[in-house]
Amino acid sequence: MSANFVALAYLVASVLFILTLKGLSSPVTSRRGNLFGMIGMAIAVLTTLSLTHNVVYILIAIAIGGTIGAVVANRIQMTAMPELVAAMHSLVGLAAVLVAMSAFQNPVAYGIALPGELLHATNRIELFIGTFVGAITFTGSIIAFGKLSGRISGKPLRFTGQHWLNLGLGIAMVGFGVAFFLEPSWTPFLIMTAIALLLGVLLIVPIGGADMPVVVSMLNSYSGWAAAGIGFTLNNNMLIIAGSLVGSSGAILSYIMCKAMNRAFLNVILGGFGGGEGEVAGSGDAVQRNYRSGSADDAGFLMGNADSVIIVPGYGLAVARAQHAINEMSKLLTEKGVKVRYAIHPVAGRMPGHMNVLLAEAEVPYDQVVEMDEINNEFADTDVVLVIGANDVVNPAAKTDKSSPIYGMPILEAHKARTVIVVKRSMATGYAGLDNDLFYLDKTMMVFGDAKKVVEDVIKSLQH
Amino acid sequence: MSGVDPFILNLTVFVLAIFVGYHVVWNVTPALHTPLMAVTNAVSGIIIVGAMLAAGPQEMDVGTILGLVAVTLAAVNVFGGFLVTQRMLAMFKKKGK
Repeated sequence: MSANFVALAYLVASVLFILTLKGLSSPVTSRRGNLFGMIGMAIAVLTTLSLTHNVVYILIAIAIGGTIGAVVANRIQMTAMPELVAAMHSLVGLAAVLVAMSAFQNPVAYGIALPGELLHATNRIELFIGTFVGAITFTGSIIAFGKLSGRISGKPLRFTGQHWLNLGLGIAMVGFGVAFFLEPSWTPFLIMTAIALLLGVLLIVPIGGADMPVVVSMLNSYSGWAAAGIGFTLNNNMLIIAGSLVGSSGAILSYIMCKAMNRAFLNVILGGFGGGEGEVAGSGDAVQRNYRSGSADDAGFLMGNADSVIIVPGYGLAVARAQHAINEMSKLLTEKGVKVRYAIHPVAGRMPGHMNVLLAEAEVPYDQVVEMDEINNEFADTDVVLVIGANDVVNPAAKTDKSSPIYGMPILEAHKARTVIVVKRSMATGYAGLDNDLFYLDKTMMVFGDAKKVVEDVIKSLQH
Repeated sequence: MSGVDPFILNLTVFVLAIFVGYHVVWNVTPALHTPLMAVTNAVSGIIIVGAMLAAGPQEMDVGTILGLVAVTLAAVNVFGGFLVTQRMLAMFKKKGK
């Protein structure tokens, strides 16, 4: 096949990848977009196959990997999406390292060196960058996977001199990169790769469970840059384009997540926030505050007689597996003529957009699910807000209390509604470890219990 | 333009692709951010092309074997990424359908 034809086929594939992301601008066009992506990938793979020997081995490798991928894709629970995504980032990172090693081992085959000559100077730099980004992505994603799946504690692991150690390792890594540039041989290359692998671990261990949405997005970005880096080495524009699309996507998602948590990106990366289950902060001088509690029947009565209800779901809803129950409840309310909508905070789940998927899985129609910016103006005209499994994202202190650690974080303004119902297991605090003034308002009713059990009881009371 | 280092041409494509990515991704609805991450996982599986080229040379040696391993890893991403995205997107339904 001529080189020009190959380049044109790669161009078609690149355009299809752009259309894939473009399709995600609405759920209606998204499925077609995904199909474009599959076609683009098929074109890219088939075209490349025509350039290779060992076709049988390559097809066997694709069949093995493809089968594993397909089985996992069919079996994975939607709550486990963040782990799956992290695991897949690690594979891209490792693949990038392996391709870089192979390219260095046989540069003539890639056209990046003439027989008997050393690697071209620019290729040395590209190879170095592609390898260390891939290596950091690989081990960093494994740690993120471990933390998200609970195999490693979500608690931030910190020790003195941590940042200095990382800085020192970073400098050493660049040093060996320079050594590799001056004298391209295996020793500096392998030492540099080993340091990058270690750095990947060290960079992610100090970051707490609550910040994992940012980390997953960031590693998403890295995996794209790693692919683009290999594209530079191979002078392959399609790899560069596809890698850049992924890289910018992950970078934008990291930015959106940081903004939603009101945290500076650097601050997240340096770590130490959100170790897991919270206790009531400042318990030493705790003042007993009064709150009103009610039963699921009361909640059912309030919502059944309202004109409009907004449900604020948090990850606790998914933990309690209450999504289907809440959809049942909304259906009953809708039948009674109540206008029901769901308000989604950007960090409601464990990765960007996670809660939307969890609700979609429970067959909640997506036109009832509204993003924070769109729905915040409507709380004031809403009769009842049901906060379920969420806490920090409805804490009014973010708007009013300058001394609060979450001051400035955008919140769902549930406190503006006429009545607020909060379903919680106890008065314990959320990820940020803060008390929530919303719980103590006169118009707030606390309903204690497991989210699923409470919602099922509400359904029973609505059926009467 | 003859005599331009391929690096410069690569850089041109790289910078333009970042601009395209930036604009396209900001248009993605927040409701679909998780499918976005899953599909970008599949797209970053494009490294399979590099892996296939690594596995390609006729003579089997360490380099081609590394390439074959990389092909397997990238194939997990390609198939897993697109299929899980398809599965998720199929769940997004409008009312009354």
